[in-house]
Amino acid sequence: MSEKKESKHIIIPCSGIGKAVGTITRRATYIVTEELLPNDTDSICLPLLTIEDEETVQKIRQNPCITVDGCVAQCAKKNVEHHKGKLEGEIKILDVIKENPKLKPETVLDIGLGGERLARKAAEKVVKIVGDKS
Amino acid sequence: MKVKSKIGLISCSGEGLSEGMISRVATRRILEERDDVVTICLPLFLAGGQEERDFAKDNPCITVDGCSKMCAAKGVKIYGKVQPKSSIIISEIMEKDKLLKPKSKSKIEPEDEKLVHQTMKIINKEIEKMKDNE
Repeated sequence: MSEKKESKHIIIPCSGIGKAVGTITRRATYIVTEELLPNDTDSICLPLLTIEDEETVQKIRQNPCITVDGCVAQCAKKNVEHHKGKLEGEIKILDVIKENPKLKPETVLDIGLGGERLARKAAEKVVKIVGDKS
Repeated sequence: MKVKSKIGLISCSGEGLSEGMISRVATRRILEERDDVVTICLPLFLAGGQEERDFAKDNPCITVDGCSKMCAAKGVKIYGKVQPKSSIIISEIMEKDKLLKPKSKSKIEPEDEKLVHQTMKIINKEIEKMKDNE
């Protein structure tokens, strides 16, 4: 009898440091992986993909990935695609902001209440993708 | 007149470890305090174009890594084809100064401030050293 290997969804934020939207991606990821779906999701350090760390590359090829990007550069999505990861969904924070025009993030170091609420909205989108694909 | 380049400060920003949070926060605070440093989101080395890959050639770099995998330092070498002028590792600062590992990956607690300040002190010292050698 073969044992079925459980796979987790890998949630990958963009690792942005230059804009508040990057911080929102990170916060959204932690909301999903630590609060909402801790048993079904995991994350990685995106820079490990950038430097082609073999263990990390295997992880994104073997598990469904959902990227969360802050800006138009879409670093998380492009890094996953470059390494032929199993990209199952993508969230763009700029879309979340467009859908919630009254919510404004504050700064990179402190996204404030508006940023926190945007992160929650993004996290809900991630949870929906995980649910739809499970 | 030759325009002097700014110093590049590149943080690993790793989401997977609390040391990555320290590298990101310390780097960001320095960027907000000084006008002689610039940064780039590390994953842009892969996701961006030639301009992003030339960042490390155009700006002598200090890398700030959370752990011994040293994604920021390796990213500079792989994509910029240069060595960082200085390389700082948070886990080494923790060991040398006997500072505790932060409990959270996402939030700086009051007890983490000592580690952030010590990291900032080292970064500032390296920046001044580089400027003296110009």
